[in-house]
Amino acid sequence: MANLTLVEAVTQALAWELEHDDSVVVLGEDVGINGGVFRATNGLQQRFGDQRVIDTPLAEVMIAGMSIGMAAQGMKPVAEAQFMGFIYPMLDHMICHAARMRHRTRGRLHCPMVLRAPFGGGIHAPEHHSESTEALFAHIPGLRVVIPSSPLRAYGLLLAAIRDPDPVVFLEPKRIYRQYKEEVPDDGEELPLDVCYVLRDGTDITLVTWGAMVKETLQAAEQLAAQGVSAEVIDVATIKPLDTETIIESVAKTGRCVIVHEAARTGGMGAEIAAQLADAGLWHLHAPVKRVTGYDSVMPLYKMEMQYMPSVQRILNAVSEVLEVS
Amino acid sequence: MSSNVAAFNINHYQFLDPSGQLIGANHPAIARDFDRLTEFYELMTLTRTFDKKAIALQRTGKLGTYASCLGHEAAQVAIGATMREEDCFAPMYREYGAQLYRGVKMSEILAYWGGDERGNDFSGPKHDFAWCVPIATQCLHAAGAAMAFKLRNEQRAAVSVVGDGGSSKGDFLEAINAASAWKLPLVLIIMNNQWAISVPRSKQNSAQTLAQKGIAGGLPSIQVDGNDLIACHWAMEKALERARSGQGASVIEMVTYRLSDHTTADDARRYRDNEEVDKAWEREPLKRLRAWLEASDAWNEDKQQALEADCVNRVNEAVEEYLALGYPGNEGMFDYMFAQLPHDLQAQREQALRELPAQPEGHH
Repeated sequence: MANLTLVEAVTQALAWELEHDDSVVVLGEDVGINGGVFRATNGLQQRFGDQRVIDTPLAEVMIAGMSIGMAAQGMKPVAEAQFMGFIYPMLDHMICHAARMRHRTRGRLHCPMVLRAPFGGGIHAPEHHSESTEALFAHIPGLRVVIPSSPLRAYGLLLAAIRDPDPVVFLEPKRIYRQYKEEVPDDGEELPLDVCYVLRDGTDITLVTWGAMVKETLQAAEQLAAQGVSAEVIDVATIKPLDTETIIESVAKTGRCVIVHEAARTGGMGAEIAAQLADAGLWHLHAPVKRVTGYDSVMPLYKMEMQYMPSVQRILNAVSEVLEVS
Repeated sequence: MSSNVAAFNINHYQFLDPSGQLIGANHPAIARDFDRLTEFYELMTLTRTFDKKAIALQRTGKLGTYASCLGHEAAQVAIGATMREEDCFAPMYREYGAQLYRGVKMSEILAYWGGDERGNDFSGPKHDFAWCVPIATQCLHAAGAAMAFKLRNEQRAAVSVVGDGGSSKGDFLEAINAASAWKLPLVLIIMNNQWAISVPRSKQNSAQTLAQKGIAGGLPSIQVDGNDLIACHWAMEKALERARSGQGASVIEMVTYRLSDHTTADDARRYRDNEEVDKAWEREPLKRLRAWLEASDAWNEDKQQALEADCVNRVNEAVEEYLALGYPGNEGMFDYMFAQLPHDLQAQREQALRELPAQPEGHH
């Protein structure tokens, strides 16, 4: 069994599917001999050849459009957008075609593709390399949006995403690509694409998060425990469809909720979760739901990026506000 | 010091002139295959009859906005006739002549423009792409299909059509680039009908031809008279043969004219002179093919009258079928979103079926 980082688990999942399903191809800029700028496709072209792991011309619209064309004709393309900041030219194809192909043809055609992209801040990257805009995709009917936060979940969720007969946007939190290693059995076992993960049980407050912010949120929970506060931590993992049941169940127990995400606040997924709580969990709540998020300002260049992103302290501040309400 | 490192030329091909005379030498065999030419002429006539009826349906409130294909019949039928069933067609939204040849039913075309997704689940080849409204995106879907065929070693080609306006979009240029990089079995057709809604060809760019955009990507690129069925057929056969035999992609600019408004929601009188349209009618595709068939004793007035009556009957039958289609049912909003409906959407479906009227008011 291999001890893997998150990005290595991505590679392992890609290799498994390339090995076991002839219709799977990996394509993107620099995914071939270079193994991807983050090495997510490291060694795959050497192992599976350049007909399965395909370096594309530098053209994002083309990568998305051709992936849709291939998917509609029976292949399972796993396309890489090199950074989420370069994904926007692909939106036209993802929204106007990938997301609606099955629907608008009454199932005659469908689009089993995965669009992978590293996202999020905190690695001192240049401009346009640090945003978190997962809510853009979550808003689009017909897309699934998945964000793994551990090597194990990266492996199982990516396998499921590739096997899913519909388009999946798979966003990889690059700040924790190499945060830690864990045992990831290469057994081809997929994880469901519609459940949240309770990472830590608690009784006093529910902390809901995803992606790289799982790290700070768990640290906050640890510090809260030292202060005698028992925090439950949920990794949403599948942003769309959202497993509201697990979140509401947790809040039914704790009565309090803080949502943590890196993305800007307005219209972020935190808003959707808060709305779901207001709709179906209001009578469980003892205090207002708070969000700890990026600001509604442009993601700063790297000198200031850590100020932009939720810190352990900002999470603790929100938690103490929520706990003060009796 | 400098040296010429690249040069190009674009040839324009025409075999049948506007008066119906076969011109030049070395005509393709199809020019004297009167059985097939008759078949093509009949489908062109059906396409035009259908088009006229669709506009009438829209004007009388029985069809939504409709994009006419008036004037494009030769080019479209040539595309449909040269493709094989297993090839893949990625049209824009007015290539009815090609689609009818491929087995799409007139009632299905009407269903789509009549606001019903069931029209997209058509009787043509199941792998063909549906109508594509966002402009030029279909070129990349065709390139992707071509990539799939190439990777699987299938002797199939993908064909896409884009307009003169669409040729200004990156999607089209990226498709050329991809086709060139991977030698894809792809045929990209620029249906240059001179107008992108109200913007004339001259305002898209100042290049002498649109075909030469293909040259920039290293693809063989030609221009044909898009109102000349024989030229279009010849060019398509050549490009498809090249694609299927692994030699790569081609670009064909078919020069035609949009004799209609852009769609039924448009009024072309706002931006173009009737004089220009009148002149374009002199070059239209049906008249010249009929003249050639008649001059060759393959057609006559009796046949023409019988054909016209038959086309009207067939179109009327299609309209009946379309009007009888009925309401798709509210569950149609949900049931094709995913292979397996996610729980949140399942809940929305249940609520919708509970609280919506079974049909919108005034549906007939």
